[in-house]
Amino acid sequence: MTDFPDANGFFGDARDGEPGPRYGGRYVAETLMPLIGEIEAAYDAARIDPDFQARLHELQQDYVGRATPLYFAERLSEHFGGAQIYLKREDLNHTGAHKINNALGQALLAQRMGRKRLIAETGAGMHGVAVATVAARLGLTCVIYMGATDIERQQPNVQRMRLLGAEIVPVHNGTATLKDAMNEALRDWVANVDDTFYIIGTVAGPAPYPRMVRDFQAVIGRETREQMIDRHGRLPDTLVACVGGGSNAMGLFHAFLDDTDVALVGAEAAGEGLDSGRHAASLNGGAPGILHGNRTYLLQSDDGQILDAHSISAGLDYPGVGPEHAYLHDSGRASYVAVTDDEALGAVSLCCRLEGILPALESAHALHEAGRLAATQRDDQVIVVCLSGRGDKDMDTITRHLMPEGISA
Amino acid sequence: MNAPDASTPMTTAERASRETDRTEALSRGESRLAKRFAALREANRAALITYVMAGDPDPATSRELMNRLPTAGADIIELGMPFSDPMADGVAIQRAGERALAGGQTLAGTLDQVRDFRQQDDDTPIVLMGYLNPIQRFGETRFLEAASDAGVDGLILVDLPAEHAATLTAKARDLGLSRIPLVAPTTPAERLPALLAQGDGFVYRIAFNGVTGSQSLDLEGPLGSALAQLKQQTPLPIAVGFGVRNAESAAAVARVADAVVVGSALVERLVESGVEGALALTETLAEAIQQARQSG
Ligand SMILES: Cc1ncc(COP(=O)(O)O)c(C=O)c1O
Repeated sequence: MTDFPDANGFFGDARDGEPGPRYGGRYVAETLMPLIGEIEAAYDAARIDPDFQARLHELQQDYVGRATPLYFAERLSEHFGGAQIYLKREDLNHTGAHKINNALGQALLAQRMGRKRLIAETGAGMHGVAVATVAARLGLTCVIYMGATDIERQQPNVQRMRLLGAEIVPVHNGTATLKDAMNEALRDWVANVDDTFYIIGTVAGPAPYPRMVRDFQAVIGRETREQMIDRHGRLPDTLVACVGGGSNAMGLFHAFLDDTDVALVGAEAAGEGLDSGRHAASLNGGAPGILHGNRTYLLQSDDGQILDAHSISAGLDYPGVGPEHAYLHDSGRASYVAVTDDEALGAVSLCCRLEGILPALESAHALHEAGRLAATQRDDQVIVVCLSGRGDKDMDTITRHLMPEGISA
Repeated sequence: MNAPDASTPMTTAERASRETDRTEALSRGESRLAKRFAALREANRAALITYVMAGDPDPATSRELMNRLPTAGADIIELGMPFSDPMADGVAIQRAGERALAGGQTLAGTLDQVRDFRQQDDDTPIVLMGYLNPIQRFGETRFLEAASDAGVDGLILVDLPAEHAATLTAKARDLGLSRIPLVAPTTPAERLPALLAQGDGFVYRIAFNGVTGSQSLDLEGPLGSALAQLKQQTPLPIAVGFGVRNAESAAAVARVADAVVVGSALVERLVESGVEGALALTETLAEAIQQARQSG
């Protein structure tokens, strides 16, 4: 199970002699094929190079602030009256989300390959901020593509990226959100293959991105495993993470894939409800297809056109999902639920008041599901939630929805 | 696969034998593409391949334009299949796709447009160009059968690299459909044999690194020598696309390639000045291509 993807970047294998459903691959324009091959070769070399790993480790520790705490959320656990809920505090990373784990890894790879210009797509802006940050740290140029809709709802992050020296390119095409930003970043890349490295922000895109991003995020699960064993001498019963493209979830799950007693749960964004048609739950409400270089579950029409995703959280507002999740979904190793906008807002409020922690709207989807599960479990059971980011960036949205009369009300 | 090494020049005899191979390959077989290229070669003229988006700006106008393109001088028609997320296309073709989708264009509708065209023209080759997802949703085999049945001759699939193309290519070939390979400026010499071996119909050489319609063409640079190298490695005709915008660039390409692809410029002209405007541009380009090798 941990051996995927195969040499062609596919997750999944033959079943009963018939080719089973396979996800991933490398469905991109010919112009990019040689380049992506180079990245794969460079990554495979860096992966086993002790110098590269040492530099990555040093920056993870001193610059990002790893290891992040595995925090026992005592009052939240009491509130639900069941299982013990632990929070893996990725919100305490430098720049406030798990995104920097991957941005740092890829930027070091770009530097190793001699690329001077970093480009990235961003939805919530957390990946954009992370890339702008490491670009500043490594002295590389940085261009961030961001949907016009997202620029509006994530203003603090837009200002942060500018302050960090990044150029922000607003994308007005299509729905003006994450998928359109990704299209635009791919177009930039095709035109600037010589000096540019595209840092994809989640476990999607053409091979080797889903594997590479997963590997850079897998530090989340490795630390969680160690911290659990140190503290409890055993593994957690359940892991819960929100799933946009799925990078924080893959990062948490990866080290536990072979521990089949550990339940893996992904929380997709149900937006206004799966039946409303306004959601971003590709696994719960989509069908397999090909977008952005990989085969995976997609929100799409009967004619194969990609549909608009909707979620209150910009980071989950994507009509696809990483191919490894598609595989884990089909194989049954992980299960995927859908959490609505309102449920996520409720979890934000609860986490603020009971734990004094303001979670990102994305992470709040996982918190809601963890609470729901905890209430059905015994108090000797342990749930670990990936608190993928902090919610400062969402204050406008949260205020508008939870406190329409203003903070003082 | 025993492909010639791009870095070692061929002897004159080898080159002559390659040329003979090319001519034979062109006239062999009954496909519309092969026949058309053989006839053009006979006339010492490059093909004009016109790209239009199916259903742009609405189904009726798109059909009218397509049906009249051959009379205006198009030798081969490339028909775009609209997709919501055309990641390899520039603004002109993105907008064309958006207009088509807003007008209700479907993949079935696109095949219908081809069927309609075939009522009046059984000779002009039609090549569908687009992205994989709508095809997969339709059902790959069902699509290939329907396309062949409608009178399609070839497919250009932007996001299907050779690595993933074997099954589809074989199925297409069985149905008489050519899968036309794309070759990019970034394609290294060692990758070419595999791309070309799968290819059929003609080879589409992308003129520069970028999306459709984003630059204009430079034949002075490495493109000229790259084309010369490519010709030595395949008997298939070579089309050059991306960046042909006017009579001048069309003529320049016509002197060094077997076919000239015009897309964004034509799509833009259709929006600006309607079917008559697009046909006028087609006539201008056809004329430039016609004269290119005589004066050159
Ligand atoms: C805090 C946070 N969590 C989660 C996500 C979703 O991404 P992924 O599913 O790749 O972890 C984002 C994306 O922007 C984010 O900012």
